[in-house]
Amino acid sequence: MKKILIMSISAVLLITASCKDNNYLDIEPRDVVPTDKMFSDPALVLSVVADLYQRQLDFSSLDNGWASFADFSEAFPSENGSSFFVQRTSWGWGEWGTWDYGYIRDINLFIERATASTLKEEDKKIFIAEGRFLRAAYYFELVKRMGGVPLITKSLTYEGDALSLQTPRSKESEVYDFIISELEAIKSDLPALVNIKSRATRAAALAMESRAALYAASIAKYGAQRTPNVTLPGDEVGIPATMANAYYQKALAAAEAIISGEAGAYSLYRANSIDLSDNFAAIFTDKSDANKESIFIEDFKVGTNKVHSFTVNNQPYSRSEEGADAGRLNPSLNIVQAFEKLDNTYAPIPTVNASGDPIYYTNQQDIFAGRDARLAGTVMLPGSVFKGAAIDVRAGYQNAAGDFISTGTLPGSSTPAVGLDGPADGLEFRTQTGFYIRKYLDPVTGSGRRGRRSDVPFIRYRYAEVLLNASEAAFELGDKGKALGYINQVRNRAGLTTPLNDLTFDRIVHERRVELVFEGHTLFDMKRWRLAHIVWDGANMTVADLKSDIGSATKHNTQPFSLWPYLYQNPGSPNHNKWMFREVKLGRVTGANRFQSGNYYSQINDDILSRNPKIVKQPNQ
Amino acid sequence: MRFNFKYIMLVALTVMVAACKKDTKEAPKASFKGRLVYNGTPINVEQNQVPVELYQSGFGKRGAIVGNVTQDGAFSFLLFDGDYKLIIPGVQGPFRWNQTGATRDSMSVNISGDKTMDLEVTPYYLINDVQYTVNGRAVTAAFSVNKIITDANARDIERVTLYVNKTQFVSSNGDENVANNGIAGSAVTGAVNLTATVPTLTPTQGYVFARIGLKIAGVDDMIYSPLQKITL
Repeated sequence: MKKILIMSISAVLLITASCKDNNYLDIEPRDVVPTDKMFSDPALVLSVVADLYQRQLDFSSLDNGWASFADFSEAFPSENGSSFFVQRTSWGWGEWGTWDYGYIRDINLFIERATASTLKEEDKKIFIAEGRFLRAAYYFELVKRMGGVPLITKSLTYEGDALSLQTPRSKESEVYDFIISELEAIKSDLPALVNIKSRATRAAALAMESRAALYAASIAKYGAQRTPNVTLPGDEVGIPATMANAYYQKALAAAEAIISGEAGAYSLYRANSIDLSDNFAAIFTDKSDANKESIFIEDFKVGTNKVHSFTVNNQPYSRSEEGADAGRLNPSLNIVQAFEKLDNTYAPIPTVNASGDPIYYTNQQDIFAGRDARLAGTVMLPGSVFKGAAIDVRAGYQNAAGDFISTGTLPGSSTPAVGLDGPADGLEFRTQTGFYIRKYLDPVTGSGRRGRRSDVPFIRYRYAEVLLNASEAAFELGDKGKALGYINQVRNRAGLTTPLNDLTFDRIVHERRVELVFEGHTLFDMKRWRLAHIVWDGANMTVADLKSDIGSATKHNTQPFSLWPYLYQNPGSPNHNKWMFREVKLGRVTGANRFQSGNYYSQINDDILSRNPKIVKQPNQ
Repeated sequence: MRFNFKYIMLVALTVMVAACKKDTKEAPKASFKGRLVYNGTPINVEQNQVPVELYQSGFGKRGAIVGNVTQDGAFSFLLFDGDYKLIIPGVQGPFRWNQTGATRDSMSVNISGDKTMDLEVTPYYLINDVQYTVNGRAVTAAFSVNKIITDANARDIERVTLYVNKTQFVSSNGDENVANNGIAGSAVTGAVNLTATVPTLTPTQGYVFARIGLKIAGVDDMIYSPLQKITL
């Protein structure tokens, strides 16, 4: 009885005591930071904005893998599991699409919370500007891929009425206008500092503005000329031709704001004036303050988990630090021969002379002599040196009878006929085209190991592109003199010291192709010029096709070709031990790029369409 | 108690057999077939390029049942009975269909049991009177081009091409022709002759298939002449 009494008393005491503490269930969680706390300290806000930066979308980028660089016949994928790149005969309607309104909502929330926060005014201003910058960047990705999309600029709340949340697509021009006006509005809030590269700066905003305005302008101009069928009645897709000039003016003005130094002292990278190819390659690897060319980058850091495998995946096989994990991205002969000669003329890589006999070269690289320095800066040619030794590219040898032999060893030696780096048809992880990629390839020891990987940055915007934007916009506005001035700066840096005297549309297309190849521009440039369906017309290519019309904007480019070096073995001949080359279409290259009208804008899938019936479908799908 | 596997197996089998009957839904059985025709002539296109879409409303989400037209203009579906809306979307196909302006209208299709229905379309052009002659490995096609749509919606010819392939699938698509030869649309007047030389085929075969394709300006899909087997 006594026991029961004591127990009841203590129970009553316990209950009454616990009741007193009204906040018992309201303790703050220790693993979640509440919004008001988060937005009270700039250091915490920075971690929110860092997440938004991390979620940016790029077409090609180093952290979504080598394969994002491989398409469009500019490269061959030397990984047998990825042969679909060269075997497909069309792109799906949904290819390249994106529709991440979750990201937009997060940015909108960020902007709203930062606006409502108690941060200091100067911190607040920059954070809000960064949020708007990232939102503009994502809308730019959306409009490039999908055309006009619903413009959502504040966070939406569901209050029992889904209909009011359904927003129709804006006009394509309205989305571009939004991007341009946002960037105009925030540019003065952002710091004009050259050394800030992975966060939004004034130059990054202007560079994006110039690119966006240029895209809008060329869609307006060339859409009307070449693809009048790629439009929608409500202008959700397609921009009226009358708007072209205004956009070109905006593109030029934004580019010139950077060129004039308004946003910081940016300049072309010229750290190495002796070897211009090394200089060009270093633009992509040099992260020091000496690099005043890169404007906005995605940065990486060794020792953290923000590193990428580009070097691991694409390092030359013979110089690999990770055995057979190498050699995937092989630039094609198509892009190699597009680099012009130093006298500003186009020519195929000379494998045969006028009478059709092979030309013999003493050194492997002689065949590429006298070309644009960007060639060797972008592409690793046979015999190039990487990490201390030359790569070994040899398809075999040619004997006195003229047969090409790729088995066994070289005559009178124990060296295998085929080089350690290939090329052999179908032999993956080493070059099959005769070339390796050099852009972004990290020369630092250890960068090719899976355990360490590489921290070479991905450049989203750089000064050379700004110059090319300015040049194109000035050209389209009829100011050839100004256009030449800008384009010649870029060409001069590449060793093309004889300035161009006349500019054509084809020259501009060509210049962007060789300067900006493998930087994620190819698809969108071809789309905005409405050249994609002409260049990728689905027809097979022959070697004769390949070698003709180089430099023409409408030259079709549907299949990647290879250039295989052979050692000539005929002790009686003066050409003994010299090199000869052959153009080869690899056995796996069975498809041809075919871009159809429906590919100009990626499909909006049925799921989105049924959730929001106000959204109209893309044309031609 | 000892396990008796015989009984366990028996029970399991009974459950499985019974379950199969319960779970499996009836497959669609009504076949819906047809061709794209113009005055009874089938429209030849490239396989898998011209879609025919069917929509059935009343089931929540919106999405099409897509069927692709074969080379000789035929399509087929297996469907449940019901009411459908049929459309050939966008500017797909080298023809105009069910449209007055730029956009197309859908049409209602009621399915109850098997159904065959041809879709009447108006091609921009037709390729007529095709005659093939063979000289060695050179295949020559003689034909004429007939412009069908001549009003404000008329479109120009971009190019006309003879395609030859070693299989029955012949089109402009890179891996569906081994030889081709074409002329620009501006050069097409009256009777047209095109010659394509067939390369050596491995493995050797003594025959090829040929079609003539006509590309209409501003339309992706080409219109073709009927397939012809040619003995070399």
